[in-house]
Amino acid sequence: MERLFFLIFASVAVVSALCVVLFRNPVRSALALMLCLLQVACVFVLLRSPFLAVVQVFVYVGAVMVLFLFVVMILDIRQAELEAFFPPRNRWLMYAIIPVITFEFLLVILGTSFEGFGPGAGGETKVEVIGRALFTEYLLPFEVVSVLLLVAMVGAIVMAKKRWD
Amino acid sequence: MLLNYLPVLLMSGFAAFMAGMILYVSSILSPHHPYREKLTAWECGMEPVGDADTGHFRVHFFIIAILFILFDVETLFLLPWAVVIADKSISLLAYIEMFIFIGVLAVGLVYAWAKGALDWI
Repeated sequence: MERLFFLIFASVAVVSALCVVLFRNPVRSALALMLCLLQVACVFVLLRSPFLAVVQVFVYVGAVMVLFLFVVMILDIRQAELEAFFPPRNRWLMYAIIPVITFEFLLVILGTSFEGFGPGAGGETKVEVIGRALFTEYLLPFEVVSVLLLVAMVGAIVMAKKRWD
Repeated sequence: MLLNYLPVLLMSGFAAFMAGMILYVSSILSPHHPYREKLTAWECGMEPVGDADTGHFRVHFFIIAILFILFDVETLFLLPWAVVIADKSISLLAYIEMFIFIGVLAVGLVYAWAKGALDWI
């Protein structure tokens, strides 16, 4: 039964990931990416990590997709404008890079023995366990996260301020 | 138990199905009599100028999205905190820690406010 659910989620994820690449309209690509990320969240639940699934939906499906859509709206996505960034005469370079990257990925995937992967032996990772680890063992990294978020916020405001002034 | 998550899956599947069906059924049942004027973008009674997909949106949307992501991640950390806060052995420490965490991010919020990133001109 679990395998059946995994196959459903995995195949929908692969198909929607293909849609992200193949759709011409970037807004449709963004929606397909949203579906793909939701399926990955479902796979996280199957891997006994419900907190990670919540993070996936909360941060990626929620917040990052909003950012993507806003970027799509702000950028000029007409063909002529895009060609300024990707000139047709440099396309051969792109066609040369894609097989190299594909080969690399295949090498990594085929070279990995997926022995230790899968759900942990202790069953489901509860939020309580994560919380306890976060506030005892990983206290400093937790506080560093807040500084990191602060830096990101200040950086984004400084960079965007130049544009709106 | 994995079975506990089945209602969540059913609920989200049902919600997605309902949303899709409402769009589909209304597109079937509604009358279609399109003509040129009807298909133009509605711009408060003005003549539409240019296209919507040519990057005429303000950069300000972007900064709002960034702020949303950052505070979203912050609220995410509140979830494991809220679960363990009842535990007496670490509750005081966790309580103080979370206030430091929120305090640091509040500095960012004050900065954004002072720089006018939250104003909509």
